[in-house]
Amino acid sequence: MLSIKNLHASIEGTPILRGINLEVKAGEVHAIMGPNGSGKSTLASVLAGREEYEVTEGEVLFQGKELLPLSPEDRAREGVFLAFQYPIEIPGVSTTNFLRTALNQVREYRGQEPLDAVKFLSLMKEKMALVEIDQKLLSRSLNEGFSGGEKKRNEIFQMAMLEPVLSILDETDSGLDIDALRIVSNGVNKLKSEKTATIVVTHYQRLLDYIVPDFVHVLYKGRIVKSGTKELALELEEKGYDWIKEEVDSTATV
Amino acid sequence: MSKDNQILEDLTAKEYEHGWSVNFETDEAPLGLNEDIIRWISTKKEEPSWLLEWRLKAFKTWQAMSEPEWANVHYAKMDLQALRYYSAPKQSKKPKNINEVDPELIAIYERLGISLNEQKRLQGIAIDVVLDSVSVATTFKETLGKLGIIFCSFSEAVKEHPDLVKKYLGSVVPMTDNYYAALNAAVFSDGSFCYIPKGVRCPMELSTYFRINAANTGQFERTLIVADDSSYVSYLEGCTAPQRDENQLHAAVVEIYAGAHAEVKYSTVQNWFPGDKDGKGGIYNFVTKRGICAGDHSKISWTQVETGSAVTWKYPSCILKGDYSIGEFYSVAVTNNYQQADTGTKMIHIGKNTKSRIVSKGISAGKSQNSYRGQVQVMKRAHNARNFSQCDSLLMGDQCGAHTFPYIDIANPSAKVEHEATTSKIGEDQIFYCNQRGIATEDAVALIVNGYAKEVLNQLPMEFAVEAQKLLALTLEGSVG
Repeated sequence: MLSIKNLHASIEGTPILRGINLEVKAGEVHAIMGPNGSGKSTLASVLAGREEYEVTEGEVLFQGKELLPLSPEDRAREGVFLAFQYPIEIPGVSTTNFLRTALNQVREYRGQEPLDAVKFLSLMKEKMALVEIDQKLLSRSLNEGFSGGEKKRNEIFQMAMLEPVLSILDETDSGLDIDALRIVSNGVNKLKSEKTATIVVTHYQRLLDYIVPDFVHVLYKGRIVKSGTKELALELEEKGYDWIKEEVDSTATV
Repeated sequence: MSKDNQILEDLTAKEYEHGWSVNFETDEAPLGLNEDIIRWISTKKEEPSWLLEWRLKAFKTWQAMSEPEWANVHYAKMDLQALRYYSAPKQSKKPKNINEVDPELIAIYERLGISLNEQKRLQGIAIDVVLDSVSVATTFKETLGKLGIIFCSFSEAVKEHPDLVKKYLGSVVPMTDNYYAALNAAVFSDGSFCYIPKGVRCPMELSTYFRINAANTGQFERTLIVADDSSYVSYLEGCTAPQRDENQLHAAVVEIYAGAHAEVKYSTVQNWFPGDKDGKGGIYNFVTKRGICAGDHSKISWTQVETGSAVTWKYPSCILKGDYSIGEFYSVAVTNNYQQADTGTKMIHIGKNTKSRIVSKGISAGKSQNSYRGQVQVMKRAHNARNFSQCDSLLMGDQCGAHTFPYIDIANPSAKVEHEATTSKIGEDQIFYCNQRGIATEDAVALIVNGYAKEVLNQLPMEFAVEAQKLLALTLEGSVG
């Protein structure tokens, strides 16, 4: 579904990603882990099409299509969803209004009729139950005055509404207490299917107790330096990242 | 930033939608401004002598005045002698009702999306349409007449209801008030008049639609709204003008009188031609709007969505004379390209326990300048006066300006006056967030701006709110920063 080949990206001339290679197939969950500053969030942003990052080399195929030439909105319409680490506030615009605009633009791109108010509301009801979100929250200004947990839950709700093919969760666990973590993870798990894939970007193993990955990749200095199964995440939890850093740095100096 | 610039450039491709004009036979005054012209206008309108004298007095006062320069706007002064002060479509006979109006004129309004056919119109809005210097039609007159409501052109009011006009004309905005108000008093040609009798709640929205069509012509209309004790009326005003290379002057006066327990809601969606992308042409919108809450427990509420005009100079104000009276001002002012707006309000607290609320949302894009200028004055006798002011500015791009000039003048220690102000930029983060959910940048800007202006847009009557939302999106199309 997603094939990243030798991806290099920099911000204001400073290289952050230095040759990422990654294959993600439908039905899989991949976890991207790594120490702070290793490029995890950059990878998520580059895939979503954030402009500050300049892709200097490499290519990304998404469902057989070149992803990088597409605008951020077209990537979203093709089915790429990014759950933000820090969801953005939009005063005066309710989640409901925001999502209706978004969903209908996505549907238009896919050649589908826009949803009328009745159908849209019944879809909302269905998805609200999935992520245990309160209707009151959805009529408030998007993310304005939301708690950390409410923001993240709202991200997953948006994901449920837009039904993406590839979901990228950028540090979705940060700022969540254990109950919120469980609710958010449950939501993500319920949305998984054989046709969709998930990339979980996280610093800690904790989230992976709930969203169990098929593969774990360790990112360090802009490269994937180690890949494994969920046991690798447990090993990292136990030993930290230093041993990987040492391993990589010693080979680099040879 | 290069993409932002690109988008800003794209914006300039956006054309003003109502920029067309129509050729028809007109009845015009000679160019220029002098006593003879004023007499010419007055004769043309078959006015009583008291009104001519009133005009001439205003003209004398005006001659001694000079154009105000304190506003934060810069423009080439207009040669007032090169303007025409009266231009009216020629109609073979005066139409008695809407069915007798020249179909050609009706077609103009159809093209603007305004149907004058009472059957076709949405129920619930009566309209008076002013083309250049005259009112061409007023709808629903009979329906309203049954309730004792008078809604007609100013000229007609002078003829049919001279006592009412004489009593209230100039009572809120004196002819000597300011340069443009004095000019208007001297040369005003038409406008709308509205009287709501005691205890009557006007069952439909009343509205005036102003259209400038002729070239080299100023539009000087006057609106007078009188809401007698315990009455209610909601009034709407809309306007457009053709796209012309030269600047045109629009110097209107609106006066509102509210008796005890009366309430007047006045909403404007101003969409005069703003000039082209290089700042050429456009309307100079120098308008004086003021209401007096004369009776106890009266209320006047101004809502304005200002998207047009090259230069705007406008401060819809409330004189809170009656005890417990309430004044409100809700404003969204958008400027783009080279537009300049200096707009705000004055709340003059005279009565006891008077309250005022100001919500001003400025949006600046392109190379425009957008100023809020507001005055809150609490007089000595105004015990327990309350004011809350909120002035927000939203900037798009890095070449525009937003300015806030609040004046607070308190002569009574029991007053409570609050002022809040914020300035923000539409963030790339916000736009990216929208993009990531599949929303195109243009629509993201519209969504964000409408969210920002929501508190004001919510004050508009439903039909107008939808119009205003579209207009905001259109005015700002492409101007991302």
